[in-house]
Amino acid sequence: MWQSLVDTIHNLIPWFDGGLADVVIILIKGLALIFPLIIAMAYMTYAERKVIGFMQLRIGPNRVGPLGLLQPFADVFKMMFKEIIFPSKSNIYLFLLAPILAFVPAVAVWAVVPFGEGFYIANLDVSLLYVMAIGSVGVYGIVLAGWASNSKYPLLGALRSTALLISYELVIGFVLVTVVMIASSVNLNTVVEKQAGGIFNWYWIPLFPMMIVFWIGALVETNRAPFDVVEGESEIVGGTHVEYSGMPFALFFMAEYFNMIFMAMLAVLLFFGGWHSPFEGIPLLEGWFEFVPDLFWLLFKMSFFLFLYFWIRASFPRFRYDQIMRLCWKIFLPLTIVWIFVVALMTQLHIGPWF
Amino acid sequence: MMITSRNTAKAALFLILTFFSAASLWLLLEAEFLAITLILIYVGAVMVLFMFVIKMLDTDQSTLRAQFTRYLPLGIFVSIIVIAQIVLVLNAGQFDIAMTGIPEKHDASYSNITAIAEQLYTLYVYPFELAAILLLIAIIAAITLVHRNESRSKKQNISEQINVQAKDRMRIVSIKPKSAKESK
Repeated sequence: MWQSLVDTIHNLIPWFDGGLADVVIILIKGLALIFPLIIAMAYMTYAERKVIGFMQLRIGPNRVGPLGLLQPFADVFKMMFKEIIFPSKSNIYLFLLAPILAFVPAVAVWAVVPFGEGFYIANLDVSLLYVMAIGSVGVYGIVLAGWASNSKYPLLGALRSTALLISYELVIGFVLVTVVMIASSVNLNTVVEKQAGGIFNWYWIPLFPMMIVFWIGALVETNRAPFDVVEGESEIVGGTHVEYSGMPFALFFMAEYFNMIFMAMLAVLLFFGGWHSPFEGIPLLEGWFEFVPDLFWLLFKMSFFLFLYFWIRASFPRFRYDQIMRLCWKIFLPLTIVWIFVVALMTQLHIGPWF
Repeated sequence: MMITSRNTAKAALFLILTFFSAASLWLLLEAEFLAITLILIYVGAVMVLFMFVIKMLDTDQSTLRAQFTRYLPLGIFVSIIVIAQIVLVLNAGQFDIAMTGIPEKHDASYSNITAIAEQLYTLYVYPFELAAILLLIAIIAAITLVHRNESRSKKQNISEQINVQAKDRMRIVSIKPKSAKESK
């Protein structure tokens, strides 16, 4: 498909070929990914406010546009035209570098996400590792924001977040190891392809405890309630982004939401069969749902996880910091290590349809 | 840049940049697994801990500068030796492209992970496991060193806190209401 497009443009403009064409196509692919992401992120804020409003018996945004549907755009314009304030004693380069460092990895991880069969930007052989590596770079955004602001609350928030993120990255790493053991591949495409064939072939059954651990880990990694001690409004004002305003703050905000969407996507890809229909292999239903495109299933499952974020946020009070740490090191880490051995046994004995 | 920077946080950031450059060199050599592991471990974990420590430390610039001249002669001496060694090694002719040859290119089906795994888990499995055990021992040693004197730590027993019942913390006292006459 891309080659024919390149050829047509090449016929129109003779010097358009080779390296330049590659660069342009990569750019187009990137933009085609980022624009829907930004729209999704904007409407996620709207959905979050509506859902939580509903759960708390409120109405939520309803003033801007019909049903408040234009609210995200109002927020965006407000953010863009706000003044950017630099604290006078801050380290200005690092202060500006921090939101960029938070934002870029949040977008970069999306490069390896398979949206459908053969529908991806990059089919990396080590995509799962890439996700982990790039995801861990995002920590620097928060660390630098805390350090460069030269203020006590951001520093406290950054200290909390570094410790939390390192700990939970370990747990998530172990969870990914179990997935890799079953799929015998670190390529996200292969992981999803191995889960073909209906809802009972997905990995959430053999890895059920891992799925829960992964999801809690995802909540911590994205700084969501009930683990949002990094921001913790009632304790340390606003955490790392107390001193930020205008677009730099918006970048942090967007990075957080991109990460949330990504973690939901990862949960679907690893445990819920990615783009596969849940009715595959079931005689009647498979035929009925034949017309539904792959992408719909992927986004449908992902939206459920996004809803789960809001649901959890509206339901649970914030954890105390040392309790989160205890949960990580004393409960999740032993659990995941034990489950690695369980999965190893199951793979050796070929139990169920998964191995 | 990492060495010349006065600011410790900036120096650490330049070190991260160095790791990224090393990773991209590996990528160019078609060793994507090594490249990504380098980022994952060094940038994602080790340097985050570095930043963590840097934030905790109070780095006073003036004391650092005051010590600078005291160690200068020794520093120059050591650095001259190191530079001489590097020059001698590089001039020995072992690092010529003719000696190693241009790394051969692989086709798209070549998987770096499989290649490494085959080497690591068949040919070098004992050294690999020995290294793992060595690291494990180091971790246990560090933990035991920290936990040597328990008395100083103000540890909270969280399971006790979670399992606390109302009757442990609260005492219900029934106070007889005083009559109106007595209160006067």
